[in-house]
Amino acid sequence: MTALAHVPTGSGQSAPPPASRRGRYRLLPYLLLLPGTAWLFLFFALPLLQLAAASLYDPSGSLSTGYAMTWAFSNYWDAFQAYWPHFVRSFVYSAIALVLALLMGYPLAYGIAQKAGRWKNLLLVCVVAPMFTSFLVRTLAWKTILSDNGWLVGLLRDVHLLGPDGRLLATPVAVVLGLTYNFLPFLVLPLYASLERLDYRLLEAASDLYASPLRAFRRVTLPLSMPGMIAGTLLFFIPATGDYINAELLGTPNEYMIGNVIDSAFLVRLDYPQGAALSFLLMAAILAIVFVYLRKAGTEEVL
Amino acid sequence: MGHEAPAGDLRLANLTKRFGAFTAVDDLSLTIPQGSFFALLGASGCGKTTTLRMIAGLEEPTSGQVLLGDRDIARLRPYKRPVNTVFQSYALFPHLDINENVAFGLRRRGIRKVADQVDRMLSLVQLEGYGRRKPAQLSGGQQQRVALARALINHPQVLLLDEPLGALDLKLRRQMQIELKRIQTEVGITFVHVTHDQEEAMTMADTVAVMNAGRIEQLGAPADLYEFPATAFVANFLGQSNLLAGEAAGTSGNDVLVAAHGARFSVPAARSRVNRGPVFLGVRPEKLHLVESPAQVPAGHQHIGGVVTDASYVGVSTQYLVRTAWGSELSAFAANSGAGRVLPVGAPVVAYWDPRHAFLLGREAGEDDQTTPLLDEPPVGVAS
Amino acid sequence: MRRWLADRWVMGVALLVLGYLSLPILVVAGLSFNRPSSRLSYDFNEFTLDNWRHPCATSAMCDAVVRSMEIGLIATVVSTILGTLMAFALVRHGFRGRSGINGLIFLPMATPELVMGTSLLALFVAAGVPQGFWTIVIAHVMFCVSFVVVTVKARLAGMDRRLEEAAMDLYASEWQTFRRITLPLVLPGIVAAALLAFSLSFDDFIITNFNAGTTVTFPMYVWGAAQRGIPPQVNVIGTAMFVIALLLVGAGSLRGRRARRANLAAPVAGGGQAKPAS
Repeated sequence: MTALAHVPTGSGQSAPPPASRRGRYRLLPYLLLLPGTAWLFLFFALPLLQLAAASLYDPSGSLSTGYAMTWAFSNYWDAFQAYWPHFVRSFVYSAIALVLALLMGYPLAYGIAQKAGRWKNLLLVCVVAPMFTSFLVRTLAWKTILSDNGWLVGLLRDVHLLGPDGRLLATPVAVVLGLTYNFLPFLVLPLYASLERLDYRLLEAASDLYASPLRAFRRVTLPLSMPGMIAGTLLFFIPATGDYINAELLGTPNEYMIGNVIDSAFLVRLDYPQGAALSFLLMAAILAIVFVYLRKAGTEEVL
Repeated sequence: MGHEAPAGDLRLANLTKRFGAFTAVDDLSLTIPQGSFFALLGASGCGKTTTLRMIAGLEEPTSGQVLLGDRDIARLRPYKRPVNTVFQSYALFPHLDINENVAFGLRRRGIRKVADQVDRMLSLVQLEGYGRRKPAQLSGGQQQRVALARALINHPQVLLLDEPLGALDLKLRRQMQIELKRIQTEVGITFVHVTHDQEEAMTMADTVAVMNAGRIEQLGAPADLYEFPATAFVANFLGQSNLLAGEAAGTSGNDVLVAAHGARFSVPAARSRVNRGPVFLGVRPEKLHLVESPAQVPAGHQHIGGVVTDASYVGVSTQYLVRTAWGSELSAFAANSGAGRVLPVGAPVVAYWDPRHAFLLGREAGEDDQTTPLLDEPPVGVAS
Repeated sequence: MRRWLADRWVMGVALLVLGYLSLPILVVAGLSFNRPSSRLSYDFNEFTLDNWRHPCATSAMCDAVVRSMEIGLIATVVSTILGTLMAFALVRHGFRGRSGINGLIFLPMATPELVMGTSLLALFVAAGVPQGFWTIVIAHVMFCVSFVVVTVKARLAGMDRRLEEAAMDLYASEWQTFRRITLPLVLPGIVAAALLAFSLSFDDFIITNFNAGTTVTFPMYVWGAAQRGIPPQVNVIGTAMFVIALLLVGAGSLRGRRARRANLAAPVAGGGQAKPAS
């Protein structure tokens, strides 16, 4: 804030030329931007460069002996060959979770935005409220809910949806459920924002013009909620794909996603070149999907 | 800040403002006498608000001067000028109560004891007892008064009003027009009022300047502007006019002779802007009277024949459209005074007028008749 | 009957989904009153108030909570200042390179946390910076700044520029205008941004995990304990966080509602006095 205080107050008596007043402020935006931009550059952009460099280090080096820069592009191919199933799993799990989240999130967002009336704010708080509690603690709670001795598994066994030895915990189902749960609010909130702006009279107009409820939804509601849907989908998909907490806590190594591999490459195996290469592959894959998705969705209006 | 210094007139000298390639205000020069109520009238985008903002210091002129007395204030920061503004939609500070809103200017100038002045000002605008409210708790009309009090308390040399009544409904607007005029007379400060509402400008201002495309089309007392407009734009912007394209053939005695619509007409030289070449012969609709045959036209009047194509009864008057033999449609307003009967559509009529009520304007060669179709808005002077 | 159903089914589904979203919270709250049968059991065993009576029975956990709060506070203050300055520059000033800056602010929100975490780790290792408390702070400020910018920007962009013009017209200098008008009006946005930054920082696990060294924050503690057995007090902390946040939200909306009600009541209350005459 102090930067503003140092703006000199001009004399103004001698009618200086027009340019001078603008001149007093020309540097101000740069001063305001400098600290934040420098921080983001130093600790966001620069690290990405360092990560790119690390991904090309000699894979035979180690943290203790040091790494040599050998432009080892083969790291990427090696990493992909070794771990492509984890990549596939990451994208498949988050894609299924995304579909589930859309099926649940759309009625929720629509209900709050258009049908909730005076309960709107309360319901909105209920959507955000889970995020007030630690992400990890909530994910651990799923361990209790899905546990083999829990009421849910008991119920499913009773109605024979699960075999007598069937379980939920430590299965792909648990991981996908966890992903869906954890990132659902990120999908619902932007969706709600765009549905809330939807004028109910448009739907009345549509039904006045002989559209059935389903047609009115497809032709009016859905297209108008597209911006929120796109933003929400991305906000859901990007963190879900990179997540490894759900796979770790609710799954087994058989459900490990690419995040688990990267985590162990950096923190357990200390294989930095491979971890870096995998990180970049993940980012490239996500960017590619986002790009294709945005082209298909045909809008520039994201976030 | 020199508020007690003799103010002097507000003069704009060759004031120009360009935004990129767009010229919002184009070499504007005018003098606003001290203590007058001056209205800048024009359609949106004509440059009137930009002019006001340059006087306030919120916009810096590309070139030209804003002189207050002998002092050029064009390049002073807004807070260094003895000029205050009543903003469109008021711009009251939502987080401050009414007292603090009104006291804002005094406090910024380091005045500690403000309570008395604030009370006096609130009573001037008839808002005693509202001081502890927040702006959002007041109605539109009350907010408007606060905005006025907040500006007036500083005793500016010039008070600028930017469409101050635009957000109010019709009835309240009328009431505020009268009140603004009363306050202006009471405090004697120069008011510069920007509006697109011709009626508002005419009822309140001593002097009205009609702006169009960054320039002043005409400046004068409201009645002069209405009765004898200087350009076709003014004739159509202030009320309605029937403008017949014709050719002036010079002066004969005290009259200018005009040929239009295959007939000859005359207009007093004193009411003619030009006396030769292409002209518009203008007659206001309420100055045009309709009769059924030429024999009924009084002596000394001029006339033109036609057929009634539309008659709208609007209460105080009946508004007719009359198609002449030349294809133009003239508007004529007949007061519903009880005399005369309503003319049916299709009836052949004769429209006549007193030449002393006509006016003659310059016309670009090639411009055709300009007769405004009936508007749903009642014309000036006929409204309730 | 069909109409009634058609009108209601959306709300029915919505409530079911809300139930799904709230279920874990209820479980956490329930487990905070649980005396677990064994260290590694996640099932409800027996009701007890012990966990609430002795939340710091496991002192390592409380140390971690305190550390998370310290980190959260520092990261919040720094990121709120940096982000607010940037938001002002972006909304209020024209300058070259605006789209580049916007991109730099947007990218951290679109990058997987995992990649931000690993890249910072790579940088710190390459630069020989020992990891610990301050590298966590640096990382948290980095990912909070973008969210602060977006939040404050929204508030600033929604502010009527004419209020500032009016202040300047009423003899307030640039600095006075900022202090008396701009800052008070933008403050709710800044406060919201700060709360968001704190909650993001307090809850962050992934980025912290790569840059913590031996420092243990609350999420790090939970992560570690998940392998060895979770002390039930973790659920006490989880429930307490939830309740505190809920109280903050409730207080905020109550204030908002009271202000709105005052606005509604005012014209009625003022009806009797000082009616403007015409």
